[in-house]
Amino acid sequence: MPQPSWFNRLSIFAGLTFLYLPIVVLVAYSFNASRLVTVWGGFSTQWYTSAITNQSIVEGAKISFLVAAISATFATALGSLAAIVAVRIRRFRGHHIFNGMLVAPMVMPEVVMGVSMLLMFVTLGIDRGPVTITLAHATFTMCFAAVVMQSRLAELDPSLEEAARDLGCPPFLAFMKVAVPNMAPAFVSAWLLSFTLSLDDLVLSSFTTGPGASTLPMKIYSQIKFGVTPEVNAISTIILGVVVFGLVASRIVSRPSAKSSLAV
Amino acid sequence: MMQSKPDLGRRALVLVPYGWLAVFFLMPFLLVLAISLSSVRLGMPPYEPLYAWQGSLLSIRLNLENFVFVLGENTYLLAYLTSLKVAAISTALMLAIAYPLAYGIASCSPGSRSFLIFLVIVPFWSSMLIRVYAWMSILRNDGLLNSLLLNLGIISEPLRIMNTETAIYIGIVYTYLPFMVLPIYANLSASDRTLIEAARDLGCSRIAAFWRVTFPLSLRGVAAGCALVFIPVIGEFVVPDLLGGADTQMIGRTIWIEFFNNRDWPVASAVTVLLLVILVIPIVLFQTRLSRTSK
Repeated sequence: MPQPSWFNRLSIFAGLTFLYLPIVVLVAYSFNASRLVTVWGGFSTQWYTSAITNQSIVEGAKISFLVAAISATFATALGSLAAIVAVRIRRFRGHHIFNGMLVAPMVMPEVVMGVSMLLMFVTLGIDRGPVTITLAHATFTMCFAAVVMQSRLAELDPSLEEAARDLGCPPFLAFMKVAVPNMAPAFVSAWLLSFTLSLDDLVLSSFTTGPGASTLPMKIYSQIKFGVTPEVNAISTIILGVVVFGLVASRIVSRPSAKSSLAV
Repeated sequence: MMQSKPDLGRRALVLVPYGWLAVFFLMPFLLVLAISLSSVRLGMPPYEPLYAWQGSLLSIRLNLENFVFVLGENTYLLAYLTSLKVAAISTALMLAIAYPLAYGIASCSPGSRSFLIFLVIVPFWSSMLIRVYAWMSILRNDGLLNSLLLNLGIISEPLRIMNTETAIYIGIVYTYLPFMVLPIYANLSASDRTLIEAARDLGCSRIAAFWRVTFPLSLRGVAAGCALVFIPVIGEFVVPDLLGGADTQMIGRTIWIEFFNNRDWPVASAVTVLLLVILVIPIVLFQTRLSRTSK
Protein backbone atom coordinates (compact mmCIF):
# COMPACT_ATOMS: atom_id res chain seq x y z
CA MET A 1 0.00 0.00 0.00
CA PRO A 2 1.82 3.11 -1.15
CA GLN A 3 -0.26 5.80 0.57
CA PRO A 4 -2.72 5.63 3.44
CA SER A 5 -6.21 6.25 2.01
CA TRP A 6 -8.71 8.72 3.48
CA PHE A 7 -10.34 5.78 5.23
CA ASN A 8 -7.02 4.84 6.87
CA ARG A 9 -6.45 8.41 8.00
CA LEU A 10 -9.96 8.64 9.38
CA SER A 11 -9.57 5.38 11.33
CA ILE A 12 -6.29 6.53 12.85
CA PHE A 13 -7.73 9.92 13.74
CA ALA A 14 -10.92 8.49 15.27
CA GLY A 15 -9.06 5.77 17.17
CA LEU A 16 -6.48 8.11 18.67
CA THR A 17 -9.12 10.71 19.53
CA PHE A 18 -11.05 8.04 21.41
CA LEU A 19 -7.87 7.02 23.27
CA TYR A 20 -6.75 10.52 24.18
CA LEU A 21 -9.88 12.66 24.63
CA PRO A 22 -10.72 11.36 28.15
CA ILE A 23 -7.09 11.83 29.21
CA VAL A 24 -7.05 15.40 27.89
CA VAL A 25 -10.29 16.12 29.77
CA LEU A 26 -8.82 14.64 32.95
CA VAL A 27 -5.65 16.72 32.73
CA ALA A 28 -7.54 19.91 31.81
CA TYR A 29 -9.84 19.65 34.80
CA SER A 30 -6.96 19.12 37.20
CA PHE A 31 -6.25 22.84 36.61
CA ASN A 32 -9.87 23.86 37.09
CA ALA A 33 -10.49 26.13 40.06
CA SER A 34 -14.08 24.93 40.27
CA ARG A 35 -15.02 21.67 41.96
CA LEU A 36 -17.60 20.96 39.25
CA VAL A 37 -16.62 19.21 36.04
CA THR A 38 -19.10 21.21 34.01
CA VAL A 39 -17.98 24.63 35.18
CA TRP A 40 -14.66 26.18 34.26
CA GLY A 41 -13.71 28.34 37.23
CA GLY A 42 -10.39 29.56 35.91
CA PHE A 43 -6.85 28.22 36.01
CA SER A 44 -5.65 27.01 39.38
CA THR A 45 -3.04 24.70 40.85
CA GLN A 46 -4.82 24.39 44.17
CA TRP A 47 -5.68 20.69 43.67
CA TYR A 48 -2.00 19.92 43.21
CA THR A 49 -1.20 21.69 46.44
CA SER A 50 -3.90 19.83 48.30
CA ALA A 51 -2.85 16.51 46.72
CA ILE A 52 0.83 16.73 47.61
CA THR A 53 0.10 17.95 51.12
CA ASN A 54 -2.43 15.17 51.72
CA GLN A 55 -0.61 12.93 54.20
CA SER A 56 -2.63 9.82 53.36
CA ILE A 57 -1.96 10.20 49.61
CA VAL A 58 1.76 10.79 50.16
CA GLU A 59 1.94 7.73 52.42
CA GLY A 60 0.22 5.60 49.77
CA ALA A 61 2.54 6.91 47.07
CA LYS A 62 5.59 6.00 49.16
CA ILE A 63 4.40 2.43 49.64
CA SER A 64 3.49 2.16 45.96
CA PHE A 65 6.88 3.36 44.74
CA LEU A 66 8.76 1.11 47.13
CA VAL A 67 6.68 -1.94 46.22
CA ALA A 68 6.95 -1.15 42.49
CA ALA A 69 10.73 -0.65 42.58
CA ILE A 70 11.47 -3.85 44.53
CA SER A 71 8.93 -6.03 42.72
CA ALA A 72 10.14 -4.74 39.31
CA THR A 73 13.71 -5.68 40.21
CA PHE A 74 12.62 -9.19 41.20
CA ALA A 75 10.40 -9.44 38.13
CA THR A 76 13.18 -8.40 35.76
CA ALA A 77 15.62 -10.92 37.26
CA LEU A 78 13.08 -13.75 37.29
CA GLY A 79 11.63 -12.80 33.91
CA SER A 80 15.10 -12.76 32.34
CA LEU A 81 15.89 -16.20 33.74
CA ALA A 82 12.53 -17.45 32.52
CA ALA A 83 13.20 -16.00 29.06
CA ILE A 84 16.64 -17.64 28.91
CA VAL A 85 15.05 -20.94 29.90
CA ALA A 86 12.25 -20.56 27.35
CA VAL A 87 14.44 -19.40 24.44
CA ARG A 88 17.77 -21.19 25.02
CA ILE A 89 16.98 -24.40 26.86
CA ARG A 90 13.46 -24.89 25.50
CA ARG A 91 12.94 -28.61 26.12
CA PHE A 92 13.18 -30.00 29.61
CA ARG A 93 10.96 -32.08 31.81
CA GLY A 94 7.76 -30.12 32.39
CA HIS A 95 8.39 -27.42 29.82
CA HIS A 96 4.72 -27.42 28.83
CA ILE A 97 3.69 -26.58 32.39
CA PHE A 98 6.43 -23.96 32.60
CA ASN A 99 5.35 -22.23 29.39
CA GLY A 100 1.75 -22.36 30.54
CA MET A 101 2.59 -20.73 33.87
CA LEU A 102 4.57 -18.08 32.03
CA VAL A 103 1.62 -17.10 29.81
CA ALA A 104 -1.37 -17.60 32.11
CA PRO A 105 -0.80 -14.68 34.53
CA MET A 106 -1.00 -12.24 31.61
CA VAL A 107 -4.57 -13.20 30.76
CA MET A 108 -5.73 -14.45 34.15
CA PRO A 109 -8.29 -12.06 35.68
CA GLU A 110 -6.61 -10.21 38.51
CA VAL A 111 -9.41 -11.11 40.91
CA VAL A 112 -8.61 -14.81 40.48
CA MET A 113 -4.89 -14.29 41.13
CA GLY A 114 -5.67 -12.02 44.05
CA VAL A 115 -8.00 -14.54 45.68
CA SER A 116 -5.56 -17.40 45.30
CA MET A 117 -2.63 -15.43 46.69
CA LEU A 118 -4.69 -14.18 49.61
CA LEU A 119 -5.63 -17.74 50.48
CA MET A 120 -2.03 -18.89 50.23
CA PHE A 121 -0.69 -16.17 52.52
CA VAL A 122 -3.46 -16.82 55.03
CA THR A 123 -2.93 -20.58 54.96
CA LEU A 124 0.82 -20.23 55.43
CA GLY A 125 0.19 -17.77 58.25
CA ILE A 126 2.21 -15.00 56.60
CA ASP A 127 1.32 -11.50 57.82
CA ARG A 128 -0.04 -9.50 54.93
CA GLY A 129 1.39 -6.08 54.12
CA PRO A 130 3.88 -4.44 51.75
CA VAL A 131 5.98 -7.63 51.56
CA THR A 132 3.12 -9.82 50.37
CA ILE A 133 2.04 -7.16 47.86
CA THR A 134 5.61 -7.12 46.53
CA LEU A 135 5.68 -10.93 46.17
CA ALA A 136 2.34 -10.89 44.34
CA HIS A 137 3.41 -8.08 42.00
CA ALA A 138 6.75 -9.73 41.23
CA THR A 139 4.91 -12.92 40.25
CA PHE A 140 2.47 -11.29 37.88
CA THR A 141 4.86 -8.77 36.32
CA MET A 142 7.68 -11.31 35.76
CA CYS A 143 5.63 -12.81 32.95
CA PHE A 144 5.49 -9.45 31.16
CA ALA A 145 9.21 -8.98 31.78
CA ALA A 146 9.79 -12.45 30.32
CA VAL A 147 7.93 -11.51 27.11
CA VAL A 148 10.15 -8.44 26.67
CA MET A 149 13.34 -10.42 27.31
CA GLN A 150 12.21 -13.31 25.09
CA SER A 151 11.70 -11.09 22.08
CA ARG A 152 15.10 -9.48 22.62
CA LEU A 153 16.85 -12.82 23.09
CA ALA A 154 15.24 -14.19 19.96
CA GLU A 155 16.52 -11.21 17.95
CA LEU A 156 20.15 -11.67 19.08
CA ASP A 157 22.53 -12.91 16.44
CA PRO A 158 23.77 -16.34 17.64
CA SER A 159 26.89 -16.07 15.49
CA LEU A 160 28.34 -13.46 17.87
CA GLU A 161 28.36 -15.92 20.74
CA GLU A 162 29.65 -18.64 18.44
CA ALA A 163 32.54 -16.39 17.51
CA ALA A 164 33.36 -15.81 21.18
CA ARG A 165 33.34 -19.57 21.82
CA ASP A 166 35.48 -20.26 18.77
CA LEU A 167 37.99 -17.83 20.21
CA GLY A 168 38.15 -19.97 23.35
CA CYS A 169 35.53 -18.39 25.57
CA PRO A 170 33.61 -20.90 27.73
CA PRO A 171 29.87 -20.94 26.87
CA PHE A 172 28.71 -19.36 30.12
CA LEU A 173 31.26 -16.56 29.86
CA ALA A 174 30.38 -16.07 26.19
CA PHE A 175 26.75 -15.65 27.19
CA MET A 176 27.62 -13.18 29.95
CA LYS A 177 30.04 -11.16 27.82
CA VAL A 178 28.18 -11.14 24.51
CA ALA A 179 24.48 -11.76 25.04
CA VAL A 180 23.94 -9.95 28.36
CA PRO A 181 25.36 -6.54 27.29
CA ASN A 182 23.25 -6.79 24.13
CA MET A 183 20.18 -7.34 26.27
CA ALA A 184 20.76 -4.17 28.32
CA PRO A 185 18.05 -2.02 26.67
CA ALA A 186 15.58 -4.88 27.15
CA PHE A 187 16.42 -5.01 30.85
CA VAL A 188 15.45 -1.35 31.10
CA SER A 189 12.19 -1.90 29.17
CA ALA A 190 11.31 -4.97 31.23
CA TRP A 191 11.99 -3.15 34.50
CA LEU A 192 9.95 -0.10 33.46
CA LEU A 193 7.06 -2.26 32.29
CA SER A 194 7.04 -4.21 35.56
CA PHE A 195 7.34 -0.99 37.54
CA THR A 196 4.35 0.69 35.87
CA LEU A 197 2.20 -2.45 36.04
CA SER A 198 2.92 -2.69 39.76
CA LEU A 199 2.33 1.01 40.33
CA ASP A 200 -1.04 0.74 38.57
CA ASP A 201 -2.34 -2.39 40.25
CA LEU A 202 -5.41 -2.15 42.45
CA VAL A 203 -6.96 -5.61 42.61
CA LEU A 204 -3.95 -7.75 43.44
CA SER A 205 -2.78 -5.24 46.07
CA SER A 206 -6.20 -5.11 47.70
CA PHE A 207 -6.27 -8.88 48.13
CA THR A 208 -2.70 -9.28 49.32
CA THR A 209 -2.46 -6.33 51.67
CA GLY A 210 -3.00 -6.28 55.39
CA PRO A 211 -4.32 -3.65 57.75
CA GLY A 212 -2.59 -0.30 57.45
CA ALA A 213 -0.75 -0.79 54.18
CA SER A 214 -2.65 0.98 51.40
CA THR A 215 -1.02 1.63 48.04
CA LEU A 216 -1.74 4.76 46.00
CA PRO A 217 -4.29 3.07 43.68
CA MET A 218 -6.12 1.78 46.77
CA LYS A 219 -6.28 5.32 48.15
CA ILE A 220 -7.46 6.68 44.80
CA TYR A 221 -10.05 3.91 44.52
CA SER A 222 -11.56 4.64 47.91
CA GLN A 223 -11.75 8.35 47.02
CA ILE A 224 -13.42 7.95 43.63
CA LYS A 225 -15.79 5.29 44.92
CA PHE A 226 -17.66 8.24 46.46
CA GLY A 227 -17.52 10.43 43.38
CA VAL A 228 -15.30 12.69 41.33
CA THR A 229 -12.84 14.91 43.18
CA PRO A 230 -10.45 17.34 41.43
CA GLU A 231 -7.68 16.26 43.80
CA VAL A 232 -7.69 12.86 42.11
CA ASN A 233 -7.38 14.63 38.74
CA ALA A 234 -4.23 16.31 40.03
CA ILE A 235 -2.74 13.03 41.30
CA SER A 236 -3.67 11.34 38.02
CA THR A 237 -1.97 14.08 36.02
CA ILE A 238 1.21 13.66 38.06
CA ILE A 239 1.15 9.88 37.49
CA LEU A 240 0.51 10.38 33.77
CA GLY A 241 3.41 12.82 33.62
CA VAL A 242 5.75 10.30 35.26
CA VAL A 243 4.59 7.53 32.90
CA VAL A 244 4.96 9.63 29.75
CA PHE A 245 8.40 10.78 30.87
CA GLY A 246 9.48 7.18 31.53
CA LEU A 247 8.12 6.04 28.17
CA VAL A 248 9.86 8.76 26.18
CA ALA A 249 13.09 8.04 28.08
CA SER A 250 12.92 4.30 27.42
CA ARG A 251 12.07 4.95 23.78
CA ILE A 252 15.27 6.94 23.48
CA VAL A 253 17.26 4.21 25.28
CA SER A 254 15.97 1.36 23.15
CA ARG A 255 14.79 1.72 19.59
CA PRO A 256 11.46 -0.04 19.23
CA SER A 257 11.07 -3.00 16.93
CA ALA A 258 7.85 -4.55 15.66
CA LYS A 259 8.29 -7.68 17.77
CA SER A 260 8.80 -5.95 21.07
CA SER A 261 6.19 -3.31 20.34
CA LEU A 262 4.29 -4.20 23.51
CA ALA A 263 7.31 -3.12 25.48
CA VAL A 264 7.76 0.07 23.45
CA MET B 1 24.50 -22.38 23.43
CA MET B 2 23.44 -23.61 26.81
CA GLN B 3 23.41 -27.26 25.75
CA SER B 4 27.13 -27.64 26.34
CA LYS B 5 26.86 -26.30 29.89
CA PRO B 6 27.15 -28.75 32.75
CA ASP B 7 23.79 -30.31 33.50
CA LEU B 8 23.73 -29.02 37.06
CA GLY B 9 23.90 -25.37 35.97
CA ARG B 10 21.09 -25.88 33.51
CA ARG B 11 18.92 -27.48 36.14
CA ALA B 12 19.54 -24.65 38.56
CA LEU B 13 18.71 -22.14 35.83
CA VAL B 14 15.39 -23.86 35.11
CA LEU B 15 14.61 -24.35 38.78
CA VAL B 16 14.64 -20.68 39.87
CA PRO B 17 11.85 -19.27 37.66
CA TYR B 18 10.04 -22.62 37.60
CA GLY B 19 10.09 -22.86 41.38
CA TRP B 20 8.94 -19.29 41.83
CA LEU B 21 5.97 -19.75 39.50
CA ALA B 22 5.11 -23.09 41.08
CA VAL B 23 5.08 -21.61 44.58
CA PHE B 24 3.43 -18.26 43.85
CA PHE B 25 1.20 -19.09 40.90
CA LEU B 26 0.36 -22.80 40.79
CA MET B 27 0.22 -23.60 44.49
CA PRO B 28 -2.26 -20.79 45.28
CA PHE B 29 -4.69 -22.24 42.73
CA LEU B 30 -4.49 -25.66 44.32
CA LEU B 31 -5.26 -24.00 47.64
CA VAL B 32 -8.33 -22.29 46.18
CA LEU B 33 -9.50 -25.70 45.01
CA ALA B 34 -8.85 -27.19 48.46
CA ILE B 35 -10.65 -24.40 50.31
CA SER B 36 -13.63 -24.60 47.95
CA LEU B 37 -14.09 -28.12 49.33
CA SER B 38 -13.96 -26.94 52.91
CA SER B 39 -16.67 -25.40 55.06
CA VAL B 40 -16.92 -22.03 56.70
CA ARG B 41 -16.10 -21.44 60.38
CA LEU B 42 -15.57 -18.46 62.64
CA GLY B 43 -12.02 -17.28 63.22
CA MET B 44 -8.90 -16.96 61.11
CA PRO B 45 -8.51 -18.64 58.68
CA PRO B 46 -12.30 -18.69 58.27
CA TYR B 47 -12.54 -22.26 56.96
CA GLU B 48 -12.24 -25.76 58.35
CA PRO B 49 -9.08 -27.74 57.61
CA LEU B 50 -9.65 -30.49 55.05
CA TYR B 51 -7.89 -33.20 56.96
CA ALA B 52 -7.42 -34.14 60.58
CA TRP B 53 -5.24 -36.67 62.38
CA GLN B 54 -7.10 -38.74 64.91
CA GLY B 55 -4.34 -40.77 66.45
CA SER B 56 -2.84 -42.59 63.50
CA LEU B 57 -6.01 -42.19 61.48
CA LEU B 58 -6.02 -39.56 58.76
CA SER B 59 -9.49 -38.34 58.01
CA ILE B 60 -10.16 -36.20 54.97
CA ARG B 61 -13.42 -34.34 54.60
CA LEU B 62 -14.38 -33.00 51.20
CA ASN B 63 -17.41 -30.81 51.24
CA LEU B 64 -19.16 -30.40 47.88
CA GLU B 65 -21.91 -28.28 49.36
CA ASN B 66 -20.30 -24.98 48.24
CA PHE B 67 -20.52 -26.05 44.60
CA VAL B 68 -24.08 -27.29 45.01
CA PHE B 69 -24.93 -23.95 46.60
CA VAL B 70 -23.26 -21.83 43.90
CA LEU B 71 -24.76 -23.83 41.04
CA GLY B 72 -28.22 -23.68 42.60
CA GLU B 73 -28.15 -19.95 43.22
CA ASN B 74 -29.51 -17.81 40.39
CA THR B 75 -27.44 -14.73 41.25
CA TYR B 76 -24.17 -16.60 40.63
CA LEU B 77 -25.35 -18.17 37.38
CA LEU B 78 -26.56 -14.79 36.20
CA ALA B 79 -23.21 -13.21 37.09
CA TYR B 80 -21.33 -15.85 35.06
CA LEU B 81 -23.62 -15.38 32.08
CA THR B 82 -23.49 -11.58 32.30
CA SER B 83 -19.67 -11.71 32.41
CA LEU B 84 -19.53 -13.93 29.33
CA LYS B 85 -22.00 -11.70 27.50
CA VAL B 86 -20.15 -8.49 28.39
CA ALA B 87 -16.81 -10.06 27.40
CA ALA B 88 -18.19 -11.28 24.06
CA ILE B 89 -19.88 -8.01 23.11
CA SER B 90 -16.96 -5.82 24.17
CA THR B 91 -14.51 -8.08 22.30
CA ALA B 92 -16.61 -7.63 19.15
CA LEU B 93 -16.79 -3.86 19.66
CA MET B 94 -13.04 -3.67 20.20
CA LEU B 95 -12.38 -5.67 17.07
CA ALA B 96 -14.56 -3.25 15.09
CA ILE B 97 -12.56 -0.27 16.38
CA ALA B 98 -9.09 -1.83 16.59
CA TYR B 99 -8.96 -3.44 13.15
CA PRO B 100 -9.39 -0.25 11.09
CA LEU B 101 -6.98 1.54 13.43
CA ALA B 102 -4.31 -1.17 13.16
CA TYR B 103 -4.88 -1.40 9.41
CA GLY B 104 -4.57 2.35 9.05
CA ILE B 105 -1.32 2.45 11.03
CA ALA B 106 0.10 -0.47 9.06
CA SER B 107 -0.56 1.44 5.83
CA CYS B 108 1.65 4.36 6.90
CA SER B 109 5.36 4.79 6.27
CA PRO B 110 7.66 2.90 8.71
CA GLY B 111 8.65 6.10 10.50
CA SER B 112 5.14 7.31 11.27
CA ARG B 113 4.08 3.71 12.02
CA SER B 114 6.36 3.42 15.01
CA PHE B 115 5.29 6.83 16.29
CA LEU B 116 1.58 6.02 15.91
CA ILE B 117 1.96 2.65 17.63
CA PHE B 118 3.80 4.46 20.42
CA LEU B 119 0.73 6.70 20.78
CA VAL B 120 -1.48 3.62 21.07
CA ILE B 121 0.78 2.14 23.75
CA VAL B 122 1.00 5.23 26.00
CA PRO B 123 -2.54 4.83 27.41
CA PHE B 124 -1.87 1.11 28.01
CA TRP B 125 1.04 2.09 30.23
CA SER B 126 -0.82 4.73 32.16
CA SER B 127 -2.95 3.69 35.07
CA MET B 128 -6.12 1.79 34.23
CA LEU B 129 -7.83 3.16 37.34
CA ILE B 130 -7.14 6.70 36.14
CA ARG B 131 -8.49 5.96 32.69
CA VAL B 132 -11.72 4.56 34.15
CA TYR B 133 -11.93 7.58 36.42
CA ALA B 134 -11.58 9.89 33.40
CA TRP B 135 -14.79 8.41 32.00
CA MET B 136 -16.62 8.94 35.29
CA SER B 137 -16.43 12.70 34.91
CA ILE B 138 -17.53 12.47 31.28
CA LEU B 139 -20.45 10.07 31.65
CA ARG B 140 -22.05 11.25 34.89
CA ASN B 141 -25.55 12.74 34.79
CA ASP B 142 -24.01 16.16 35.46
CA GLY B 143 -20.89 15.22 33.52
CA LEU B 144 -19.20 16.66 30.48
CA LEU B 145 -21.07 14.70 27.79
CA ASN B 146 -24.51 15.52 29.17
CA SER B 147 -23.78 19.20 29.69
CA LEU B 148 -22.39 19.40 26.15
CA LEU B 149 -25.44 17.72 24.63
CA LEU B 150 -27.82 19.81 26.77
CA ASN B 151 -26.12 23.06 25.79
CA LEU B 152 -26.24 22.13 22.13
CA GLY B 153 -29.95 21.42 22.53
CA ILE B 154 -29.61 17.85 21.26
CA ILE B 155 -31.22 16.42 24.37
CA SER B 156 -33.63 18.06 26.80
CA GLU B 157 -32.81 15.99 29.85
CA PRO B 158 -29.55 14.27 30.85
CA LEU B 159 -28.89 10.82 29.43
CA ARG B 160 -28.41 8.18 32.07
CA ILE B 161 -25.21 6.43 30.96
CA MET B 162 -23.30 6.20 34.20
CA ASN B 163 -24.12 3.05 36.20
CA THR B 164 -25.56 1.26 33.18
CA GLU B 165 -24.30 -1.55 30.99
CA THR B 166 -23.46 0.99 28.28
CA ALA B 167 -20.96 2.61 30.62
CA ILE B 168 -19.37 -0.79 31.26
CA TYR B 169 -18.93 -1.34 27.52
CA ILE B 170 -17.40 2.09 27.04
CA GLY B 171 -15.02 1.56 29.95
CA ILE B 172 -13.93 -1.92 28.93
CA VAL B 173 -13.48 -1.08 25.25
CA TYR B 174 -11.47 1.97 26.25
CA THR B 175 -9.15 0.27 28.75
CA TYR B 176 -8.49 -2.91 26.77
CA LEU B 177 -8.28 -1.44 23.24
CA PRO B 178 -4.44 -1.38 23.00
CA PHE B 179 -4.36 -5.14 23.71
CA MET B 180 -6.48 -5.66 20.60
CA VAL B 181 -4.65 -3.17 18.37
CA LEU B 182 -1.10 -4.43 19.01
CA PRO B 183 -1.36 -8.07 17.88
CA ILE B 184 -3.43 -7.13 14.82
CA TYR B 185 -0.97 -4.40 13.91
CA ALA B 186 2.03 -6.72 14.42
CA ASN B 187 0.40 -9.23 12.10
CA LEU B 188 -0.64 -6.71 9.42
CA SER B 189 2.69 -4.92 9.35
CA ALA B 190 4.52 -8.22 8.85
CA SER B 191 2.24 -9.36 6.01
CA ASP B 192 3.50 -9.65 2.48
CA ARG B 193 2.32 -6.68 0.40
CA THR B 194 3.14 -8.38 -2.90
CA LEU B 195 0.21 -10.76 -2.37
CA ILE B 196 -2.21 -7.84 -2.50
CA GLU B 197 -0.45 -6.41 -5.53
CA ALA B 198 -0.76 -9.80 -7.22
CA ALA B 199 -4.48 -9.93 -6.43
CA ARG B 200 -4.91 -6.39 -7.80
CA ASP B 201 -2.95 -7.25 -10.95
CA LEU B 202 -5.25 -10.19 -11.50
CA GLY B 203 -8.22 -7.84 -11.54
CA CYS B 204 -9.34 -7.92 -7.92
CA SER B 205 -10.88 -4.68 -6.65
CA ARG B 206 -9.33 -3.02 -3.60
CA ILE B 207 -12.17 -4.14 -1.34
CA ALA B 208 -12.22 -7.67 -2.75
CA ALA B 209 -8.42 -7.89 -2.34
CA PHE B 210 -8.82 -6.91 1.30
CA TRP B 211 -11.50 -9.47 2.08
CA ARG B 212 -9.94 -12.30 0.08
CA VAL B 213 -6.24 -11.76 0.86
CA THR B 214 -5.43 -9.33 3.70
CA PHE B 215 -8.18 -10.23 6.13
CA PRO B 216 -7.83 -14.04 6.03
CA LEU B 217 -4.06 -13.67 6.48
CA SER B 218 -4.51 -11.45 9.52
CA LEU B 219 -6.82 -13.85 11.36
CA ARG B 220 -3.99 -15.06 13.56
CA GLY B 221 -3.45 -11.56 14.93
CA VAL B 222 -7.21 -11.15 15.34
CA ALA B 223 -7.37 -14.41 17.34
CA ALA B 224 -4.49 -13.33 19.59
CA GLY B 225 -6.10 -9.95 20.20
CA CYS B 226 -9.49 -11.48 20.98
CA ALA B 227 -7.93 -13.92 23.47
CA LEU B 228 -5.92 -11.15 25.14
CA VAL B 229 -9.07 -9.18 25.87
CA PHE B 230 -11.84 -11.77 26.14
CA ILE B 231 -10.24 -13.83 28.93
CA PRO B 232 -9.35 -11.07 31.39
CA VAL B 233 -12.57 -9.13 30.71
CA ILE B 234 -14.65 -12.06 32.01
CA GLY B 235 -13.15 -11.48 35.46
CA GLU B 236 -12.92 -7.68 35.21
CA PHE B 237 -13.56 -5.85 38.47
CA VAL B 238 -12.61 -2.16 38.24
CA VAL B 239 -14.79 -1.12 35.29
CA PRO B 240 -18.06 -2.77 36.39
CA ASP B 241 -17.47 -1.59 39.94
CA LEU B 242 -16.88 2.06 39.10
CA LEU B 243 -18.94 2.58 35.95
CA GLY B 244 -21.56 -0.16 36.17
CA GLY B 245 -24.74 -0.23 38.17
CA ALA B 246 -26.19 -2.64 40.67
CA ASP B 247 -28.25 -4.37 38.00
CA THR B 248 -25.19 -5.58 36.05
CA GLN B 249 -23.36 -7.99 38.32
CA MET B 250 -20.18 -9.42 36.82
CA ILE B 251 -18.41 -12.37 38.38
CA GLY B 252 -15.20 -10.52 39.29
CA ARG B 253 -17.21 -8.13 41.42
CA THR B 254 -19.18 -11.01 42.94
CA ILE B 255 -15.94 -12.67 44.08
CA TRP B 256 -14.65 -9.36 45.49
CA ILE B 257 -17.83 -8.77 47.49
CA GLU B 258 -17.90 -12.38 48.65
CA PHE B 259 -14.36 -12.08 50.01
CA PHE B 260 -14.37 -8.61 51.51
CA ASN B 261 -17.98 -8.13 52.58
CA ASN B 262 -19.48 -11.55 53.19
CA ARG B 263 -16.24 -13.25 54.24
CA ASP B 264 -17.52 -16.67 53.22
CA TRP B 265 -14.23 -17.86 51.81
CA PRO B 266 -15.20 -21.46 50.93
CA VAL B 267 -18.16 -20.27 48.82
CA ALA B 268 -16.02 -17.52 47.27
CA SER B 269 -13.39 -20.15 46.42
CA ALA B 270 -16.03 -22.33 44.79
CA VAL B 271 -17.16 -19.32 42.70
CA THR B 272 -13.50 -18.77 41.72
CA VAL B 273 -12.94 -22.44 40.83
CA LEU B 274 -16.00 -22.42 38.55
CA LEU B 275 -14.72 -19.22 36.90
CA LEU B 276 -11.39 -20.98 36.30
CA VAL B 277 -13.23 -23.92 34.74
CA ILE B 278 -14.90 -21.48 32.34
CA LEU B 279 -11.54 -19.80 31.60
CA VAL B 280 -9.52 -22.99 31.14
CA ILE B 281 -10.89 -23.68 27.65
CA PRO B 282 -9.99 -20.29 26.10
CA ILE B 283 -6.65 -20.18 27.96
CA VAL B 284 -5.55 -23.60 26.69
CA LEU B 285 -6.66 -22.70 23.16
CA PHE B 286 -4.71 -19.45 23.43
CA GLN B 287 -1.57 -21.14 24.70
CA THR B 288 -1.50 -23.90 22.09
CA ARG B 289 -2.02 -21.32 19.37
CA LEU B 290 0.78 -19.23 20.81
CA SER B 291 3.22 -22.14 21.01
CA ARG B 292 2.32 -23.15 17.47
CA THR B 293 3.12 -19.69 16.12
CA SER B 294 6.41 -19.48 18.00
CA LYS B 295 7.68 -22.73 16.45
